[in-house]
Amino acid sequence: MDPQAVTVPRPAAAWRPRWRYDPAHLLLYGALLLVVGVLVVLPLASVLRGAFVDAHGFTVAHVARFFYTPLYLESLRNSLYAGLGATALASLLALPPAFLVGRYRFRGQAVLVTWLTVPLVIPPFVGAIGLNQALGRAGALTLLLEDLLGVSFVAAEGLRGVILAHALHYFPFILLTVANALANVDPSLEEAAKVAGARGPRLLWRVTLPLVAPAYAAGAILVFVRATDDLGTPLILNVKNMLGPQAYFRVTTIAREDPDGYAISLVMLALALGAVVVATRLGGRREVTTLQTGAHGAGRPLRGWAAWALLGLSVLVGLLGLLPHAGVVLMSVSRVWSLTYLPTGYTLDHYAEILFRAPQFVLNTLLYSATAALVAVVVAVGIAYLQFRGRVPAPGLLDFAATAPMAVPGVVLGIGFLRVFDRWTVPWLGVSLTSLWLIFPMLYVARRLPYAVRAASAAMSQVHPTLEEAAAVCGARRWRTFRRVVLPLVAGGAVAAGVLVFVTAAVEFSATVLLISRVEQSPLSYGIYLYAQSPRGRGAAAALGTVAVMLVALGTYLANRLGGRRSGLAL
Amino acid sequence: MLTAGRVQAVEVELDRLTKRFGETAAVYGLSLSVGRGEFFTLLGPSGCGKTTTLRMVAGLVEPDEGRVLFDGRDVTRLPPWDRNLGMVFQNYALWPHMTVFDNVAFGLVERRVPRHEIRRRVGEVLEKVGLAGLEGRFPSQLSGGQQQRVALARALVVRPALLLLDEPFSNLDAKLRVQMRAELSRLQRELGITTLYVTHDQEEALVLSDRLAVLESGRLVQAGSPRDLYENPREVFVADFLGGANLLPGVVVRSGSGEVEIQVGPVRLAVPAEGEAAPGQPVWVSVRPEHLVPSAEEAGGLRGTVLSTDYLGWTLQAEVAVADGPRVQVRGLDPAVPLRPGQAVSLRIRPEKVRVFPRRG
Repeated sequence: MDPQAVTVPRPAAAWRPRWRYDPAHLLLYGALLLVVGVLVVLPLASVLRGAFVDAHGFTVAHVARFFYTPLYLESLRNSLYAGLGATALASLLALPPAFLVGRYRFRGQAVLVTWLTVPLVIPPFVGAIGLNQALGRAGALTLLLEDLLGVSFVAAEGLRGVILAHALHYFPFILLTVANALANVDPSLEEAAKVAGARGPRLLWRVTLPLVAPAYAAGAILVFVRATDDLGTPLILNVKNMLGPQAYFRVTTIAREDPDGYAISLVMLALALGAVVVATRLGGRREVTTLQTGAHGAGRPLRGWAAWALLGLSVLVGLLGLLPHAGVVLMSVSRVWSLTYLPTGYTLDHYAEILFRAPQFVLNTLLYSATAALVAVVVAVGIAYLQFRGRVPAPGLLDFAATAPMAVPGVVLGIGFLRVFDRWTVPWLGVSLTSLWLIFPMLYVARRLPYAVRAASAAMSQVHPTLEEAAAVCGARRWRTFRRVVLPLVAGGAVAAGVLVFVTAAVEFSATVLLISRVEQSPLSYGIYLYAQSPRGRGAAAALGTVAVMLVALGTYLANRLGGRRSGLAL
Repeated sequence: MLTAGRVQAVEVELDRLTKRFGETAAVYGLSLSVGRGEFFTLLGPSGCGKTTTLRMVAGLVEPDEGRVLFDGRDVTRLPPWDRNLGMVFQNYALWPHMTVFDNVAFGLVERRVPRHEIRRRVGEVLEKVGLAGLEGRFPSQLSGGQQQRVALARALVVRPALLLLDEPFSNLDAKLRVQMRAELSRLQRELGITTLYVTHDQEEALVLSDRLAVLESGRLVQAGSPRDLYENPREVFVADFLGGANLLPGVVVRSGSGEVEIQVGPVRLAVPAEGEAAPGQPVWVSVRPEHLVPSAEEAGGLRGTVLSTDYLGWTLQAEVAVADGPRVQVRGLDPAVPLRPGQAVSLRIRPEKVRVFPRRG
């Protein structure tokens, strides 16, 4: 005679169900779909079309030719080599400090972590300039090595340089994810293994490592994808036979319609998507690491030779990580720096050059990035709102399309933009859309929207539906509820997202370089590349690079302050 | 429409309300009416549809069928902001980015009440719920009980035509719950506001309500005054849900003249009952724990053995296995009849307190 157990779903969250779909939401949904469609879907579809369709219709000949062309195959090999090399080196750099930070508690730990993450503020192609000064053919450390030991070894040159630049930039990602996973491993899991008889290396090998492996894989795959896809670093280091540079040169110097450029793009896209699939599959098992949230390992005090060895290694890694910064900053104030350990003369002339004689690079970047940040935040908040509250068909579709560029290489998106918007003529002006400065903010919105959407979604997911219901009951219509309750609650996350978009847009290079039509319109990142082409311009390139680093550092700091600890900064 | 002045308490009528979520009907054909100024409770186990019903009254969920009427006016299609309601949510739903003052003032701002008037009314209502002086605090700086009062103040300050409360005390500890219950009761009577209250706590429902309705699986089982429901449950479910009931299988021996004679094990009971019952018909005899009186002597009662005891302070509750019968709950602190596990007892049934329900063979 028990009351029958009836399963009733959670109360429906939304009100006003007069229609299945909400007309106001549908309107917003349509507008956002249009924006995302034009900025993301159209360019990508155009790249696919370029690879598979020519004057005679559908064909796989261009893609097939990729695999018969020795230069392309060599480029593929080189890109994979750079990707794997950067991943391996970054892992080598990241794992000792990750264990130190994840497993031990000691004074100054926070300082060490901050120090070890400083490499994230220097984009690899800027870091490459600094590395060249430190470890290049005439680099300070290269000379030192030769003078002291008589060994002639150039670390930052060619593919090795690409690997080094990426490893030094991205190793903090692996460090942070692994350290976090280690700190979150439920102590009872390891205690259970100890009770069962596992000790020392066996405990590490059989229990601890498998538990943090998914987190490691996520960080490692990111490094692999970035190093494989990159365009800026190879260009700065004058490496041409990689996938990115090849696609770039085909499209910009051979012909806009040259199908080989699109075939290369397709291969890059496939590589990136493959990596994302692998990352997602590995990431799906990550929940095992946090069996019991909140039960953090207390952390051991620094004791024993192993701990001190880890600390020593970590300090060494930290010093290595500062090499690019040191090289760039020193270069930016050097009058003469050639075949000596340190510059033989100092000057602020390079800063005068980039701030007074040619200020357009910095000014353009500020304009483009700010515009992109503003638009991206508005679009992202709209998408996040619809994702959680939208009474629209398939609200997830918008979110999916908007976060897809996360996996798309910058070169590929840039090529798609060029192909689509070069043909768009602006009414009244009668010129191509790609000749207007607006193309850059558009590009940055498309490229950085995933970060903004993620941040906005995270903020929106924190807003409990009853907060809005309470407002409705109190007499607030939907727009008033949105303005007085939802907006203030997601504002912090949205501003943090905007700063993140601003910062990452300010140092975007891979896609930017494809859309440069006039130097007066080009942003800072292209200015760095331009100056770096001539030996005499390297000082100005370094000065611009220093400005970029300062922008990123300031922005990262602000985003962390505004958005709590949530900030996945990926360049 | 929203008005700033004093609003007359409203009369609520639910007319065959139905709401389905997928295949399951959360609420099915529910009709009831709540009088002006009445404190009405929807009581039932979780999943019985009481919260969905409340949300349909609020306009947060639209019914698939049926109507909601305020003073005879159909408001079924009216959005929540046009219904002039006050509502307290189970999780309070206080806006974390607003101070206590701003939280309470929210509805007044929406109603375009002049600023000095807002200040006066917010001060007044905070005084009333005992939160004067905390205007500048944020919800995160308040205790659970204080948050609860803010939610109540926010609901009351707009002078709603109807107050809706969705398990408002479920997140409070037992002592505070009793205190808040008394305060709510006092405020409600003082303001004479029609109140619809949702709870799964039978004690709360009995104490607070003018009338209550017991819901099961989305259907109304019985509605009436607390005393009426407690003493005259029309179904086993109501008897069991309100106060608990022991069900003993019995058979009708004789019926007529407002009385039924029923054989329960070795005991024959004369139970006051309306209507006729054919001799031989199987029935459930429902007896509340406090109406099964344990006695040591062979007093012609049900024989059983004590299985376990729970000391509750004010009484002792024991589980007794009736010989050839079910297990029943009894209560008693009579020193003459010590209840200890393993002890044989005789249970005397107080026939005037017994309810009889039909039992399928």
